[in-house]
Amino acid sequence: MRKIMVTLKRVVDYNVRVRVKPDGSGMATEGLKMSVNPFDEIALEEALRLRERGEASEIVAVAIGGDECQQQLRTGLAMGADRAVLVKADSEVQPLAAAGILLEIAKKEKPDIVIMGKQAIDDDCNQTGQMLATLWDRPQATFASEVRLDGGTARVTREVDAGLETIEVELPAVITTDLRLNEPRYIKLPDIMKARSKPLETLAVGELGLPAVPSLKSVGYEPPAQREKGELVENVAALVGKLRERGLVT
Amino acid sequence: MSRILVVAEHDGVSLHSGAARVVSCGLAIGAESLDVAVMGQDCNAIARQAGSIAGVSRVLCLDREENARPLAAVQAPQLAALAQQGYSHLLGPSTTFGKDLMPRVAALLGVPQVSDIMSVESGRRFKRPIYAGNAVLTVEAPADHIVVATARLASWPAASEGSEAAIEAIAVDAELPAHSRWLELKTAETERPDLQSAGVVVSGGRALGSADNFSMLYSLADRMGAAVGASRAAVDAGYVSNDMQVGQTGKIIAPELYFAIGISGAIQHLTGIKDAGVIVAINKDPEAPIFEVADISLVGDLFSIVPELQAALEDS
Repeated sequence: MRKIMVTLKRVVDYNVRVRVKPDGSGMATEGLKMSVNPFDEIALEEALRLRERGEASEIVAVAIGGDECQQQLRTGLAMGADRAVLVKADSEVQPLAAAGILLEIAKKEKPDIVIMGKQAIDDDCNQTGQMLATLWDRPQATFASEVRLDGGTARVTREVDAGLETIEVELPAVITTDLRLNEPRYIKLPDIMKARSKPLETLAVGELGLPAVPSLKSVGYEPPAQREKGELVENVAALVGKLRERGLVT
Repeated sequence: MSRILVVAEHDGVSLHSGAARVVSCGLAIGAESLDVAVMGQDCNAIARQAGSIAGVSRVLCLDREENARPLAAVQAPQLAALAQQGYSHLLGPSTTFGKDLMPRVAALLGVPQVSDIMSVESGRRFKRPIYAGNAVLTVEAPADHIVVATARLASWPAASEGSEAAIEAIAVDAELPAHSRWLELKTAETERPDLQSAGVVVSGGRALGSADNFSMLYSLADRMGAAVGASRAAVDAGYVSNDMQVGQTGKIIAPELYFAIGISGAIQHLTGIKDAGVIVAINKDPEAPIFEVADISLVGDLFSIVPELQAALEDS
């Protein structure tokens, strides 16, 4: 029976507006509500549905970061993951390094499918899934809006700029999720209680013995350029007048 | 000075309009030479289009059967092999094509990727948006490694046309995997301009209320030669297909004129339009966030305003 590995990144909650620190040294995230990256939540939901349909038997959730990431893993366990692994890292882990760490976990766990969010809503990189697939020398199906399994293959419909593309990949494979793949379930209170007794293993990133990989240096943060608020027009005639004045319509 | 390789996106028939924008980004880096790689099958016509972009030194055609359809796992080893032929920078578009492919190439080359370049500070220093555009981060790529990056198309003007760069067929020595197969692409047939390159875009939101009501926007768009887009809410509600979504997780666009009709203006949507020339907002809620960024705002019922607007434009 298939085993699925899911990644859960701890990020500032989707509904919280994050601002740049006044000195431009980073983002002011202290004290903000933290959650599971929404795309990762969709990844876990897809894994749960595959298990509920009898197409998978075990789901392991993986996070990389500080002890506080246990909260997000407990959320994942409450949603229904069977086990969790926290790879403890004290400093920033960029996509290439994260892919290297996840590769080690994948070698150990031997999942048939790794499902990940297509991007994290903090750094918006959209890289880690593709990089893991590459280092693992396995196929990738990014931006998934539908996943169908058939024996040793997955048929994945992908949200691409031109429409909906379907590809077939041999397992094991990495699938990354887009918004319309599913709508994640709400967690019920008894599930939170149950999650407390589920296994959560931690290991230090140093134990993996990975070589350092090149990384990007963050030089500075700034707020985006703001658009000026424009003018209010009373009616359609005034709107068309303004557009003609600017030569935008004939 | 830099030797830049740009990977071109195409649909098997014609070059994607983003290619000329990625070339602009490459030229901003300060290119000693700028080559464009076209991976496809029988892609000579596409190569000629790429060669017409001003600033392109050579077009390298990787013509082979396996490239008939774009599969990142198949294209990445070829591009990685080509990039290692003395290039300092490898650039692709920040489209679903580039987002799928480029990290795979970066991982093969063992380097980090710079996603969504908005501006070039130096050959290794770039600005990119983070937190759905709520902040801009300046990053520096490590010295002594090739820079792999995607260019945020809306931040770059299309380089002009009229050149005639040399086209060279090229073969690279790369082992291609057989574990991925392309099956089909379902695309909404449309005669309208492409959303990502259109000068005028008319977008509708959830307030349209149904797929049928979108027909109002189609006729308005046709009067102006505009493309039609939609907010995520309208796509999620099933009014239109996903390829029409404008915003953080859809298409990021920069038309000269943008109509946001019945769109409240969630930050994720605003991220997708902030480089537009003039934004016109039509919404019945005077408190809608879209009015904070719109250049011309009209408060009212879209179901009476849109037909009236259509009539006013027909009159001329």
